[in-house]
Amino acid sequence: MSDKIKSDAVFGLARHYRFQWEEAQGGYVLLFPEGMIKLNGGAGEVIKRVDGKKTVGEIVADCKAAFPDVPDLEADVLAMLQLAHEKAWIALKE
Amino acid sequence: MSQQNNGALLNHPPKPFWLLAEITYRCPLHCAFCYNPTDYVTHTQNELTTEQWIQVLRDARKMGALQLGISGGEPLLRDDIEQIVAEAGSLGYYSNLITSGVGLTEKRIAEFKRGGLDHIQLSMHDITKDINNFITDTNTFELKKKVAAMIKEYDYPMVLNVVIHRYNIEHIGEILEMAEAIGADFVELANTQYYGWSLLNRAQLMPTREQLEKAEAITNKFRERVGNKMKVFFVVPDYYADRPKKCMNGWGEVFMIVTANGDVLPCHSARSLPGLEFPNVRENGLEWAWNESPAFNKYRGDDWMKEPCRSCPEKEKDLGGCRCQTYLLTGDAEGTDPVCSLSPTHDVILQAIEDAKNPQLAAQPILFRNDKNSQKIVAGELKDLVAPFHALP
Repeated sequence: MSDKIKSDAVFGLARHYRFQWEEAQGGYVLLFPEGMIKLNGGAGEVIKRVDGKKTVGEIVADCKAAFPDVPDLEADVLAMLQLAHEKAWIALKE
Repeated sequence: MSQQNNGALLNHPPKPFWLLAEITYRCPLHCAFCYNPTDYVTHTQNELTTEQWIQVLRDARKMGALQLGISGGEPLLRDDIEQIVAEAGSLGYYSNLITSGVGLTEKRIAEFKRGGLDHIQLSMHDITKDINNFITDTNTFELKKKVAAMIKEYDYPMVLNVVIHRYNIEHIGEILEMAEAIGADFVELANTQYYGWSLLNRAQLMPTREQLEKAEAITNKFRERVGNKMKVFFVVPDYYADRPKKCMNGWGEVFMIVTANGDVLPCHSARSLPGLEFPNVRENGLEWAWNESPAFNKYRGDDWMKEPCRSCPEKEKDLGGCRCQTYLLTGDAEGTDPVCSLSPTHDVILQAIEDAKNPQLAAQPILFRNDKNSQKIVAGELKDLVAPFHALP
């Protein structure tokens, strides 16, 4: 597992994971064999942008543009990506 | 309803995130540890139709169901699983076929892929042909290997479920190595829980505490080595825990089962409980069944609890354990799960643990899950075997 998330890294959802909006839950969920994770609003916004194409830097910029009033957004986004990577919800693209 | 049931306890009103479709009780395997009801033979002639299942999927999805398990018995004995999978796919379920592998062909797996099935959970039993074939009372060892390869070839996540008991617990290291060799992504080492057939065969199946601790240590070591490459779940057998499991994450909280004949249940063995009439999709809407039916509200929240659970500081952690297990072992559905060391009936568990060390008990003949034995139980011919437990027919 990487210690630091690099800004030029590109992540995609881990193989066999699915991400979708659930009306009944009023939020985004991650689905995988044997489990499901309900993401809170901020986490959902970050994972939504993990598409296997955008770099970490682009995801941060994208979030900042979408939520200009939120302070310290970069740290939050990086922390979320770090957590998701540790949990193996997302994986580095080669 | 949430007010009547201590809405502070959990998120009320609850939603059925998980729908388990026990689509048929027919099964080509005869596993001694099966949790299916011992009278399952009474539910094999009145299965829901394809149209009825499709309606169940639609109604449950509207209520918030998201994870779908298609189980049994062996679901592949029905020839409409392709239609059911396709419907689940179009409704946005994350769907899982829970199978022994018997009946899975290239043609069918390709059709499941087209229909949007998300994963296949394959049961495996041992690294040896002898024990696989013995515990399932079938000749299925080679077939399971072929099916595992097919699952991989079709790029499904490889999810293996291995029910653990005294016949395979000492092979746990080799079982994990086999799982790694065939490229499993997830492995569930599910220590037998004692309901239905497995309860009848408990003395023959239950491992000793020493065996269990060794198995857990081997599993942990394996986990350290493989890391995230393969996720290993070790389902602890509650007989060897100090506190009971939070069964189904709470009665009628997240889990809904529809059985082959259309009964709607909050857990696999709820029909063994006394005095409850469960809804059936032939007569009742799913929404009424989940939200309003007396059976689904009976053990929601904690209003039903007695002492020592009622004033226990840990009651929200485990909700007093499993209602079915408590009734089966003590005759009181509202008591404290005997697994709990604070339960006044805990001695029944201590006795079972003691019995696990007794080779004479372990050597008794196993009662395999098959139609003939189920018919005998229904007819009252196996009274001696059934007598120690409450509620079995």
